[in-house]
Amino acid sequence: MADPMRIRATLKGDTTEVRVLMAHVMETGQRKDAAGATIPAHFIQNVSATHNGKNVLNAYFGPAVSQNPVMNFSFKGGAKGDKVVITWTDNKGDKRTDETAIA
Amino acid sequence: MKRREALKTGGSLAVIAAAISAGVLPQAAFAQWNKGAFDAKNLNDVVKAMGGSSAEKSGDIAITAPDIAENGAVVPIAVASKLANTESIAILVEKNPNSLAAQFDILAGTEANVGTRVKMGQSSNVHAVVKAGGKYYVATKEVKVTLGGCGG
Repeated sequence: MADPMRIRATLKGDTTEVRVLMAHVMETGQRKDAAGATIPAHFIQNVSATHNGKNVLNAYFGPAVSQNPVMNFSFKGGAKGDKVVITWTDNKGDKRTDETAIA
Repeated sequence: MKRREALKTGGSLAVIAAAISAGVLPQAAFAQWNKGAFDAKNLNDVVKAMGGSSAEKSGDIAITAPDIAENGAVVPIAVASKLANTESIAILVEKNPNSLAAQFDILAGTEANVGTRVKMGQSSNVHAVVKAGGKYYVATKEVKVTLGGCGG
């Protein structure tokens, strides 16, 4: 199981701003180790965000997204205390789900 | 010189090997992860893989990215679209081995304004491809990189 994500959801007016920091190596599959062997690709492919169970954003990452990916987005209609849940899945089938309440 | 050439050949072989192994990996869980688009090498191929024919230039797409990125491994890029009915936003780095870095589906209620951080191997144009009302639009910004992000 990977390390937890850091999620911050802040209400600004009628818009909820969400920042997510995911802990992941995001290995491209193009680098080589000291022995010259290619390091296999290992990266997050899918990220989905839900607000009170309603899907608000789906993101698809390629290996070109930086290590420990950051993602910002915002949606309308949040209220303080509402639940924002983020789930990612990587190309090896690992997944991680974390949630936060809108502040 | 020979060593350099060997390295270059080795590099391109690794790309092919990575592409092959990616195809063999179980993809069932990611039905929506558009493999064709992520494997494409340039803007037109990405747009085609997404189901469009070509992308029209648009001034309603704003790319926020540094003019000069000191560290190519972490280049913050944000894209905001003012186009009506924006359905998806994609970030492409022209000179990366595979152009498409990330794609975001903008669902109902979500603002057409997303940001992330990408790796850039070298100075390159960054394209933002926006799908709005079934059509594809593109905006471009050049980002200079002083230290590449693919050496590790």
